[in-house]
This record gives sequence, structure tokens and C-alpha cells, in this order.
Amino acid sequence: MAKKDSFERPDGRAVDETRKMSAKVGVVENADGSAMFSFGDTVAIAAVYGPRKMHPQHMQDMEKGTLRYNYNMFSFSVTERIRPGPSRRSQEISKISQWAIEPVVMIDKFPGNVIDVYVSIIQANASTRCAGINAAALALAHAGIPMKDMVSSVSIGKLDKQLVVDLSKAEEDWEEGEGATDIPITMTGDGKITHIQLDGKIETKQLKEAVRLARKACKDIYEIQKKALKESVDLKEK
Amino acid sequence: MRKIVIPGEIIESGESYLPGEGTEKRGEDIVSIKYGLAEESNKLVKVIPLSGVYLPRRGNVVIGKVENITFNGWVVDIGTAEGAFLSLSEVPRYIDKNGLDELMGIGDMMIAKIVEINKRGIDLTIKVRGLGKIEEGLIVKINSNKVPRIIGKEGSMISIIKDETKCDITVGQNGLVWIQGATVEDELFAKKAIMFIVENSFVEGLTEEVKRWFKEEKK
Repeated sequence: MAKKDSFERPDGRAVDETRKMSAKVGVVENADGSAMFSFGDTVAIAAVYGPRKMHPQHMQDMEKGTLRYNYNMFSFSVTERIRPGPSRRSQEISKISQWAIEPVVMIDKFPGNVIDVYVSIIQANASTRCAGINAAALALAHAGIPMKDMVSSVSIGKLDKQLVVDLSKAEEDWEEGEGATDIPITMTGDGKITHIQLDGKIETKQLKEAVRLARKACKDIYEIQKKALKESVDLKEK
Repeated sequence: MRKIVIPGEIIESGESYLPGEGTEKRGEDIVSIKYGLAEESNKLVKVIPLSGVYLPRRGNVVIGKVENITFNGWVVDIGTAEGAFLSLSEVPRYIDKNGLDELMGIGDMMIAKIVEINKRGIDLTIKVRGLGKIEEGLIVKINSNKVPRIIGKEGSMISIIKDETKCDITVGQNGLVWIQGATVEDELFAKKAIMFIVENSFVEGLTEEVKRWFKEEKK
């Protein structure tokens, strides 16, 4: 581990270490596909319905299908209760997550239909959108929807001048030096970027380094996702 | 050899392989585009999905429920995103245009075959023998991905159940199974057998396992 002795993270992780991840598919009985994904205390549940007929009819896209992504944080997911229901923030995250997943979903096979993805954050400790995207990718695969590849998402943070992988809430509120910059990145299984967000300041050189760190972390996440899908069925081979 | 693959995973590599259902050719590789069981036979690689909704195909025999009656046919719910329609012209006998509900009313179940899938939806027919309204019996709903297991290789599994339970069984590709027996007990026994297969659908040598199950149940 490339641990820089001068830098210590609040929870004692190495700079390129994610929190303990876990994943499981088939958690929502009534959905066509579902999955749970967690980064430490951040837990996201995704449920996929469809392909089903788009209603109302004027929203139907007869050229290709539609992917609808809904990100929702439960009121009890954070320490101070948040107002339930859609907010400016959740709408923005829904849209950005939809764009992160759309490139891999072969939606053109279902003209006039819609695939609904509902992501619920039941417990939050930063990086919720990344956990949500990881869970959604698993749930879409579990629903038997044709996909070009899987996607894995991770957040890279810049605390003062130091790059770290998978931010926690304590790190998100970093105040020393230049403060904290959060960079969520989503990648396909073969390392192509489908989504990158950045608000704050970062040098071009350091951003490249951040992408390199994300590529490595996404590989680990991909393996966790793969394991979850493969182990959900017991082949019982003798 | 069977193995579970995830979207984007390379199943086989090499020029001689052909991409089948649920796969795609990228350069030299055969890549899975679905989550499911990968199978290879005669160099044809395909992926059988394990979960998800029923995707209709032409020629499928399905079991559906009449949702609505229009002036020239029936709207049938077969559990798909697209609506299914049984036209009056696809009924083998003469029906008076004002008496469509005398043949099948709203809520009645039927066995039908998919003749065409087009932009407007799915067209059904009941012109083939064995299709038509379901008058009596028991209908069980299972996951449509388990249907091939219930039927078995060339219908081996379904004939075992038929012989052992003395019931007449029709499996709709959309996951609805119609059981018709002499007594309700027989029908419930057949249902139990089907549920056993659904739960153990990944067991290798399932046919033998089912035979053993019947022996134990009949004691």
C-alpha cells in the first residue's frame, strides 16, 4: 500500500483503500431485478421494473426505449432527519446517474417501453450516488436487461493536496488547507469513463492521477459486483 | 460446460465460435450481453437468462387473461409490456359480432399462440388444436425463465409429471401453467411437483432427482 506517512485519514485507511464493500442481488422480492450495494455505512438498494409500456403515451420513444432513474434518500438515512420526497439535489443526482448508466444499457431493443430504476439510500455516509450506481448496475443485470458491460462507480477526494479513494462524511467536510474536493467517477468493466463530476479546484496533472486511482478502485468494485451476481445462484454441481 | 456469466464478460475467444442469443461478437471474442447461464454447443454460444421479465417471441404458446373486448376481438393480458390481441378472424368457428362475450368474457383465461409481433403489439391465434378457452383446472404462475426446466429436454420432464400425477398439463411460455386433473388433490400434487422443480432448477441431473422425489412423495 502506498501509504504516505505524512497523511492520515480519519478512519485510518490507506489513501487508495475503499471502505469495506458488500453486494447482494435479489433483495426486493416484487421487483424484476434488485440489488444492494454498500461502502461501509453507505447502503443503497436498487430495484428495476420493466421493460414495461411507457405511460403516458406521449412520453413513449418509438425509436428507442427510455431509461428512468430515480434516486431517493430516506429521511432516516442521515443523522439529522431530511425532508422526505424529491428535492433539487435528488433530481440532479437522478439525472447524472441516469447518464452514467445509459451508455451500457441496450435500451434500443425496447422501443416504446420504459425501464424504471429506483435507487433508495437507506443509510448514508457520503458517496451515496456511487453506491447507488453500483447497485443499479447490479439490479439491471439481475433483471435480465441486455447490457454492453457493467459499470462501477467510486468517489475520489482531494483533501488539502492529498488524493484519497472513497470519501466518507468526515472527509467530505475536510477543512484544513485547500479543503475537500469530491470527484465521483463511473467506469465500465474495461475502464472507459461514462461519468465524471468535479466541483472544486484540481490541477490537470492531479486529475489524471485521480482517474488512475479510480480505475484501480473500480476494478475492485467490478470484482465485488461479479462475485455477487455469480454467487446468487447455486449451481449445485456434483 | 455451464457457467454463469455477467454482461460484458468474454465467454469464448476465437474465430470459430458463433454468437447466439444473449451474446455479441466483438472482434475475436464472444461477449455476453446478459446475466445468465452460458452454454456452448456446436460452436454456437448462447446465454440463457436466469431472471427478468418474459420477452415474447413468435410461435410461443402462452396463457392469458381477457382484459377487454373490442368490436372485433379480445385484448389479452399475457404479462408482457406490449398488449396482446386476439382477433375475431383468428377464432376457428363463426362468432356473432355482437356476442363476443359468449365465447370469452372479461376475466376468462385462454391458451393462445403468438402469430406476429409488430409495432402495434402482439397478435394471437387460437386456430390450432389444443388452444382456446380454459374451462376448468388450476393455473400456477412461475418465473418464465424456469419454463424450459419444467418442460425438460424434448418434453421429458413434463411427461414424467403427467404420468406420475395423471394430470393434463399445459405450460405457457410466459410462465403460466395450466393443470387439469380428475380431482383437486391430483392437481395440487402436480402443483407441488412443479414448485419442486422451480426451487431446484439448477440441480444437475434434475430428471433423476424428480423421479426420486415422486417415489418419496408417494410412500
